Amino acid sequence: MIAFYFIAILTLASALMVVLHRNPIYSALGLVNTLFLIAVSFVMLDAELIAMLQVIVYAGAIVILFLFVIMLLNVETEVRTARVSRLGTAGLVLALLLALELGVFALVREPSSGTPELPAGFGSTELLAETLFSDGMLSFELTSLLLLVAVVGAVVMARRKVES
Amino acid sequence: MQPEHAHTAAEAVVAATSLLRWIPLLPLIGFGVGVFAASTNRRSLVHVTGPGSVLLAFVVSVIAVSQLWALPAGGALVDNVYTWISVGMLKIDLTFRVDALTSVMLLIITGIGFLIHLYALGYMHDDADEARFFSYLNLFVASMLVLVLADSLPVVFIGWEGVGVCSYLLIGFWYQDMANADAGRKAMLTNRVGDAAFLIGMFMLVWALHDLGAASLRFEDVNRMAPQLGAAAPHVVTAVCLLLLIGATGKSAQIPLYVWLPDAMAGPTPVSALIHAATMVTAGVYMIARLSPLYVLSPAALDVVATIGAVTALFAATMALVQNDLKKILAYSTISQIGYMVLGVGVGSFSGGVFHLMTHACFKALLFLGAGSVMHAMSGELDVHKMGGLKKQLPTTRWTFLVGCLAIAGVPPLAAFFSKDMILEAAFASGHVVLWLIGLAAAGMTAFYMFRAYFLAFEGESRVDHHAAHHLHESPSTMTIPLMVLAVLSIVAGWVGLPHGVLWGDRFGHYLAPVLAPHDALGHHEIGGGTVLLLTLVTTGVAALGIFVAYSFYLKSPGTADRLAERFRGVYVVLWNKYWVDEIYDRLIITPYVIFSKFFWKVVDAMLIDGVVNGAGVIVGKTSDVWRRLESGNVQHYAAAMMLGAVVTCGVYWWLS
Amino acid sequence: MNVPVENYLVLAALIFAIGCAGVLTRRNVIVILMSVELMLNAVNLTFVALSRQLVSMTGQMIVFFVMTVAAAEVAVGLAIFLAIYSQRRTVNADEISLLRW
Repeated sequence: MIAFYFIAILTLASALMVVLHRNPIYSALGLVNTLFLIAVSFVMLDAELIAMLQVIVYAGAIVILFLFVIMLLNVETEVRTARVSRLGTAGLVLALLLALELGVFALVREPSSGTPELPAGFGSTELLAETLFSDGMLSFELTSLLLLVAVVGAVVMARRKVES
Repeated sequence: MQPEHAHTAAEAVVAATSLLRWIPLLPLIGFGVGVFAASTNRRSLVHVTGPGSVLLAFVVSVIAVSQLWALPAGGALVDNVYTWISVGMLKIDLTFRVDALTSVMLLIITGIGFLIHLYALGYMHDDADEARFFSYLNLFVASMLVLVLADSLPVVFIGWEGVGVCSYLLIGFWYQDMANADAGRKAMLTNRVGDAAFLIGMFMLVWALHDLGAASLRFEDVNRMAPQLGAAAPHVVTAVCLLLLIGATGKSAQIPLYVWLPDAMAGPTPVSALIHAATMVTAGVYMIARLSPLYVLSPAALDVVATIGAVTALFAATMALVQNDLKKILAYSTISQIGYMVLGVGVGSFSGGVFHLMTHACFKALLFLGAGSVMHAMSGELDVHKMGGLKKQLPTTRWTFLVGCLAIAGVPPLAAFFSKDMILEAAFASGHVVLWLIGLAAAGMTAFYMFRAYFLAFEGESRVDHHAAHHLHESPSTMTIPLMVLAVLSIVAGWVGLPHGVLWGDRFGHYLAPVLAPHDALGHHEIGGGTVLLLTLVTTGVAALGIFVAYSFYLKSPGTADRLAERFRGVYVVLWNKYWVDEIYDRLIITPYVIFSKFFWKVVDAMLIDGVVNGAGVIVGKTSDVWRRLESGNVQHYAAAMMLGAVVTCGVYWWLS
Repeated sequence: MNVPVENYLVLAALIFAIGCAGVLTRRNVIVILMSVELMLNAVNLTFVALSRQLVSMTGQMIVFFVMTVAAAEVAVGLAIFLAIYSQRRTVNADEISLLRW
């Protein structure tokens, strides 16, 4: 339990750093931290393969991408304005409301009847692959198509930039 | 087209035929050709179809009438073209019907109409708009024929409106001059007032008949149900008769709606001859005669009719005394003569009114065409004081015009002598002595002013100015032949209605009797032969007096008239200004109406209605102006909106669960 | 472990809310994209927690797909952003509002 609270507090702190820090590099670092801590949560939830994928794909590839772009563009530290814009207050209020509602949803359910017993191999690669290639076959194929589209799109965008 | 015989409940024999529809159809086809000719610039087409279509209509009319005469007295020919309205009990068909009364009107319209068309060939020869003229003229003849051939009041109304429109088109024929267009408009609008009354009368009539269980506007039904109606709702009958009378005063130029006729002289002379002498203006009299069984049920209405007729006759005659424009003299004369016709039907002599209608058509058309001939020779001048001694250059015109004047003055044995006499005798016999006196005075004045016109124009020293004198020539034969034919008609037309006991008596009256209400329906006392002779002598004497006074004023000692005018300056001014009727109407009726209309235009239409319509557009514009700000292009705004939506949805879900 | 599943759900909700606040508040486009990633991860956490509670691999399968799609989305998003940057030379979201009225 203590472990959970410890991880939880660290995760929230990292998330806040992403959102609140003016320097984008620090935001990216915060993001890496958050992603890693969420991977830890995944491990605590018996989802090992997913945890691995989280570290490799998210923290390893996506955030690197972000860092590349930030470095490439030499993005400066954001200037903090004196007054929070109207949109900003609206955003904060809405976020708070949303958190409230979601939290209420989570808590008004009947308290769970403890942690159920898990079958062996739950969260392992074999079991995930089994589910993936039987129930999720169509989605799998569609997702691969989606990746193809993304690759093509990125290449096209990049190419245009080089030409101009 | 053999007619099949059918016996109806009454003894009238009704024969069905499909011949009658051709009578109005032929001039209508002429109208179509005229429109085509006018729009494709082929003037010469109408030289044939203009008079030709009317001539053909005349031939068909003669055939129809001869078929009618083959039937026993009181019979009729009927041509049912198609069913127009059939609602509940009410059934209105487009049906044409020829009986004794219609036959008279048919022959007048097509016969005299043809002569006038022939005259117009010569008169309008040099006018570039000739094709348009003949197309309008043919349309007019077609409408008038529909009017007289109609079997029911609504179909009469179709023809009624049709002739009104054609009158407007033809009066304002030379519309490039604003005054002519104004005159056309005045005619149309004044007629409209009468038409509104006509419509209301028609509606009241069908309503009342509906209450009796027989909703129909066919003349034979109305006339058959008339006694029942008179017993059940006498006030309705009087109201209907008066409303229809107002409609008649509009069309037939009686008090109070006569004001358009003098202005209508702005149109070409054949128009004045055809429409404003022989045909359209007689429509009102025709309508009253048609509904005579209804009118005799309301002595009050008939009294009003007779009074209006007599007063109009005198009123118009006084105004004709001082006019200088030849056509205007004839216009006031027309109003006055129609007053006689209206007086005739008002005192119960329906056949007398129609008789005068027939004779008047002949000699008034003659007089108008003669005036046109004079105008043609004088290069457009119509002021009688600028004429004089025209008998030398215009012999044919002079002799035919003289015949016309003798006829209208009532000199025996020419036409109007018999018809006017019949009316005045009926007035005296029915006890309306005052009206008889008024009619007598008007007769004297008629003789006076007509011969004033004749003497000033044709006799005496020439006062024609040099420039016009060079052009003085007699009109071409296409114009003089109709004059001569009409002159002959003016002499003999009266011989069908001789007084009781003389030769063959009143053949005309006997011919029309089955169709009109009986002469003694009003309970006249018969007057003895001696009284009749006395009355006739008085009438003739008054006419002779009028001619003599005109002769002495204008021929024997010219200048007498001017001296009299000086002596009685006040009277002269009143007459010269036509009693200021036009001005009174303008002040009392037209100006308030225009103010009223302006209010509706500026306030109701421009502000209210346009405001609402434009306002709707403006509101849409303003609201969309607000809503477009949602599309800020700022992605975060959109995200915020989505977030808001999510929050609200969750909230609703929470609320409902 | 005897951590009740509600705990994870609340945690995920909080991370999601923080992500929302980031999307709406920050003006730097890249930081906005990063906040979107936060939101996606919060969703992933929810799925995994519930999959564990309901003893079904379907939840984890869905997380698999979400991750894939997130990767593709970031790639394309950054590519678009680079294209805009080459034109406008700004990373400020307020100044990239072309599709306005």
